[in-house]
Amino acid sequence: MAIADIAPLGVDEHELEEIWSDAPGIPGFFSTVDHKRIGMRYIYTAFFFFFVSGLMALVMRSQLSAPDNHVVSPYTFNQMFTMHGTTMIFLFNTPVLAGFANYLLPIELGTRDMAFPRLNAFSYWIFVLSGIFLYASFVVGKMPDGGWFGYTPYTSKVYNPGINLDFWGLGIVFVGISTTVGAVNFIVTSFKLRAPGMTINRIPIFVWAVLSMAFMILFAVPAVTLATALLELDRLFGTAFFVPHLGGSTLLYQHLFWFWGHPEVYILFVPATGMVSMIITVFSRRPLAGYIWVATALIAIAFISFGVWVHHMFATGMPIQAMSFFSAVSLIIAIPSGVQFFAWIATMWRGKVEFTTPMLFAMGFLLIFLLGGITGVMVAVLPFDWQVTDSYFVVAHFHYVLNGAVVFPIFGAIYFWYPKMVGRKLSERWGHISFWMMFIGFNVAFFPMHILGFLGMPRRVYTYPSGLGWDHLNLISAIGAVIFAVGTGITLVNWVHGRWWGPKAEDNPWDADSLEWSTTSPPPEYNFAAIPVVASRHPLWEQHPLPHAEALVDEEGPKSLSAEGALHHQNTETTGLDARPERALELPHPTYLPFVLALGLAVFFVGLLVKATIVGAFGVGMALVGLTWWAWRTDVDLS
Amino acid sequence: MRAPARLAFVAAGLVFLTACSTHGSPYMFDPKGPEAHRITSVWWLMFTLAAVVYVVVAGFIFVAAFRGRRSETGKPSRITDNGFIVVGGIAVPFVILMVLAWATVDATNHVRRPEKNPLKIEVVGKRWWWSVEYPDQHFTTANEVHVPVGRPIELGLDAADVIHSFWVPQIGGKVDLIPGQHNVWRFKVDEPGTYRGQCAEYCGVQHAHMAFLVVAESPAAFDTWALRRENPPSGPTGQLEATGQMVFMRSPCAGCHTIRGTAATGTIGPDLTDVGSRKMLGAATVPNDEGHLAGWILDAQTIKPGALMPPISIEPRDLQALLAYLRSLK
Ligand code: HEC
Ligand SMILES: [Cu+2]
Repeated sequence: MAIADIAPLGVDEHELEEIWSDAPGIPGFFSTVDHKRIGMRYIYTAFFFFFVSGLMALVMRSQLSAPDNHVVSPYTFNQMFTMHGTTMIFLFNTPVLAGFANYLLPIELGTRDMAFPRLNAFSYWIFVLSGIFLYASFVVGKMPDGGWFGYTPYTSKVYNPGINLDFWGLGIVFVGISTTVGAVNFIVTSFKLRAPGMTINRIPIFVWAVLSMAFMILFAVPAVTLATALLELDRLFGTAFFVPHLGGSTLLYQHLFWFWGHPEVYILFVPATGMVSMIITVFSRRPLAGYIWVATALIAIAFISFGVWVHHMFATGMPIQAMSFFSAVSLIIAIPSGVQFFAWIATMWRGKVEFTTPMLFAMGFLLIFLLGGITGVMVAVLPFDWQVTDSYFVVAHFHYVLNGAVVFPIFGAIYFWYPKMVGRKLSERWGHISFWMMFIGFNVAFFPMHILGFLGMPRRVYTYPSGLGWDHLNLISAIGAVIFAVGTGITLVNWVHGRWWGPKAEDNPWDADSLEWSTTSPPPEYNFAAIPVVASRHPLWEQHPLPHAEALVDEEGPKSLSAEGALHHQNTETTGLDARPERALELPHPTYLPFVLALGLAVFFVGLLVKATIVGAFGVGMALVGLTWWAWRTDVDLS
Repeated sequence: MRAPARLAFVAAGLVFLTACSTHGSPYMFDPKGPEAHRITSVWWLMFTLAAVVYVVVAGFIFVAAFRGRRSETGKPSRITDNGFIVVGGIAVPFVILMVLAWATVDATNHVRRPEKNPLKIEVVGKRWWWSVEYPDQHFTTANEVHVPVGRPIELGLDAADVIHSFWVPQIGGKVDLIPGQHNVWRFKVDEPGTYRGQCAEYCGVQHAHMAFLVVAESPAAFDTWALRRENPPSGPTGQLEATGQMVFMRSPCAGCHTIRGTAATGTIGPDLTDVGSRKMLGAATVPNDEGHLAGWILDAQTIKPGALMPPISIEPRDLQALLAYLRSLK
């Protein structure tokens, strides 16, 4: 298939470059608001945390590879599983998906940047700074050990007096800011900045998935922020929200935590399924089956995910009637996932499947998620959950879902979008090898854990005695973990190698359908000189050549659609449903403000951590100055 | 075909491994009480459904992936896209979920119900051991829950510090012990035996060593056991034991431990009135023999780092006496 070129425009590319490019070097690094640079940075940073957290997992698996083992002390082990979970959820999975969304949304929707580019930079800086904040605990040798869920009263000052848990509690509040502002940006961008003609039923499925994720974030994250903030109030200022003998309630913490915690699973899973839909469509060489069904399923999941949180609390002794409701809803949520699943099967069924590395990861995802989904239905069954909750069965289940069904799509997405992002191709051969090692290693590591759960092994134990039938299975699991780790390492090497030595990528190396593949690899700072006009769900497959919006401008559209708009550093707002061009929007130029504001907040949190009022006040001051300046300078530049 | 053969091989290996492993293991599908029985039936029902679903759907995935490979653009099919989605994604799952919903309701209706004339036991979870009180028989023990076979048990659960969770896989599911909340678990045990249980909610550094044993006995054996504890022997059984008792009272032990009928009334550590009869020490961490008991007293921290019993130095001769005394407490 031919690549849908955009007709030549008659603008000087050098001129565009000059208007759009960041300052070189360090100033540009700190002031950029380019969604692509920010997106890449998100991905790199998140992967750094992924590998750190993966190393901790290896240490834990080796500690458990034999009974009564002494690789690490119980203190270290407990800190490691706390940091492993916290890192994977807050510093890897959530941000890496935000990174892809940041990078892809504008080029997939056909616009020049996100709705709020400065907010975008801000959310990245908060993410990095909160990561540093959490890992500072490691540097000072006081890693938190309250588990990634931080249940009170174990995490209260009485039972956990050190500063360890304050790193965790404040860190979670801190990182929540990043996630929330990111979500706002995704929502507004998807509704208001689509290319003309990209009506609501032509939005790429990945964008639907990001939208669903963003709405869940908006409603769920405040709950965990509240939980951890109240916990910190208890810890730092002696309030008693969660102190039972002073009238507080420990279960209140659990409700707040899981009110976020369960939607969070879908916050991670839903965008991953969006990636899978994109990949399967392209490599089945046909449109996605049941587009409307899939989009509806994504939205349905967002709603239903708020009605299942209590299934994390089935052993807390609530009335059976109350639990039955949540048991039922937890069963029902399988249906939208079933819809997606069969949409993928149908797509492949009547397509011509090509086994590229991204497709292998998508297929691996299908086989793994199938099992993770089935065990998910099982744990919704109330009496069965009484047995398996907090056992290794659950560890197996959620690794099938969060590692298998989220990390595999993310690796697939890397292989898929890397040529676009970096402009070079990855080795397919090493991609295949990496996939098979990851797939085999994954199953060897995590499948036996189901059985360990049946054999009565609880979670979060740093060791176990021999003679309970747990020895061999734990050893097998450790071996699998090593194979899996090597597999991910191969992708890392492939990635680094490809960055400098990979063959140059064409604009559309996979012959894909969505708009991001119409621009160069990597895209220019302004994404598209002239904005494309969309008339199909799969523009690059069905529109040859892809028209650009110069013609629309002649009629009634704002000038921002044409290359002239690019020269003016403008974006175009379109209507929410049918994407009719409305008006031009000025795009902000590079600025240090997001960094200053984020830094101010970081200083504020450090002040709280060390209980130094002056430091905290200084941070607040800095943030206020940043905010005021931000509100003042609208960066209108109509030159 | 090779792939199915290999799969079968792996599956057989796993079944074999599981079979070896279940021996001596707190295996939840080797049920010894009605609750665990019910859940086991639910499991085998779910397992059957799951196996069928997995094989069929995975089969669809493979066929879907390979059937169109040799065609130019993809292979036409009589099954429409919507057919797949409506039947595979909605109708069939819905039927299966209804079956599971029925199984859930049926199983929950039959377990954890109040019954007449239950034996009341109060368990308090502490870091990192279990206090076990028999309120009607007026005695307390630790880390061992004795129950008569066949009699309904009403187990009250409280936490003294942080959240713990009471779990005996062969008898039934978990119930959390939550500070400020009194939970009750009603269950029965069908068969005499000793069943291992373990704390299932992360509760701090020694969460891994917070196990216990449920000892199910015939009603007669249970009554003997309980009666003995209701009326503990009045004094040391011999000369050495008497010296041992003096050592105990002189040492810090008495401040943390209770031995009924003596001046020792501490409550920080487990009640030691019947410590000599227990099968294990340190919340089912090490066997209760002379060597381990001595090791535990001198330095509980090597056995259970972080446990709330400090290392205690005792003269060798005193230790001998103390051991004899503690081991005589049956
Ligand atoms: C500071 C309080 C404290 C002192 C002093 C103390 N203990 Fe303990 N002891 C404990 C605690 C707490 C446990 C439970 C530890 C665990 O299992 O985590 C315990 C457990 C034990 C156990 C095991 C009981 C069982 O059934 O598992 C024995 C035996 C024991 N102590 C004997 C002694 C003796 C003998 C002394 C004096 C030499 C002594 N303790 C002094 C607090 C104390
Ligand atoms: Cu515990």
